Amino acid sequence: MMSKEDLINRLKAIVSPYAQNKEALNSISEDTDFINDLKINSANLVDVILDVEEEFDIVIANEEMEKMLTVKASMTIIESKLGEK
Amino acid sequence: MNTQEILKALPYSYPFLFVDELSAIDENGATGSYTFNPELEFYKGHFKDNPVTPGVILTETMAQIGLVCLGIHLMGNTDQQSIGHVMLTSTAIDFMKPVFPGEKVTVVSEKVYFRFKKLHCTVSMTNAAGETVCKGTLSGMVTLKLNG
Repeated sequence: MMSKEDLINRLKAIVSPYAQNKEALNSISEDTDFINDLKINSANLVDVILDVEEEFDIVIANEEMEKMLTVKASMTIIESKLGEK
Repeated sequence: MNTQEILKALPYSYPFLFVDELSAIDENGATGSYTFNPELEFYKGHFKDNPVTPGVILTETMAQIGLVCLGIHLMGNTDQQSIGHVMLTSTAIDFMKPVFPGEKVTVVSEKVYFRFKKLHCTVSMTNAAGETVCKGTLSGMVTLKLNG
């Protein structure tokens, strides 16, 4: 089982190329919102989700993608997908 | 949706419609052509006394044929009541040859992926001699616009 900190760090690496607000990126936490805090646009949010799929070798469904707007929500979905393996 | 229906669904008109014909379309890509009308206003200024089609217009032509027509086709398969609307979100294009007024170009696009409403394609444009004019990748977000 991966620690929360590990998971946040892996997510940070994924969102890093798309985050426009580098200050918010540096202080990333469970409460960070991809759109409002990191200023990621909707097209790049799709890239984040595709990169998450590749990084964790999981498949994200449309309904799940729509919920993945914060670090916390993404962690919940990633953990549940990894648990199914 | 067939090619005629897709052409009718395009949200452009002169002087910003850069599609004459859509010769092939399926879920994996689109092929179409356009002949640059020498009367287009921008030729007067790009360049002074030396008209050459601007790169942004070549990019727009590739986007209208390769990305927007394909996006409308893909959306038409999922929902018969609505028309797909494509918003361009990124471009990465290399330009190899100039295109002069009156030249006919052919655009071929291939879908890389269409997921979570984002359509990502490779596109290339060739001139009448079959030479590659420009090529690269385009992406857009495809949403549904209700009829009427």
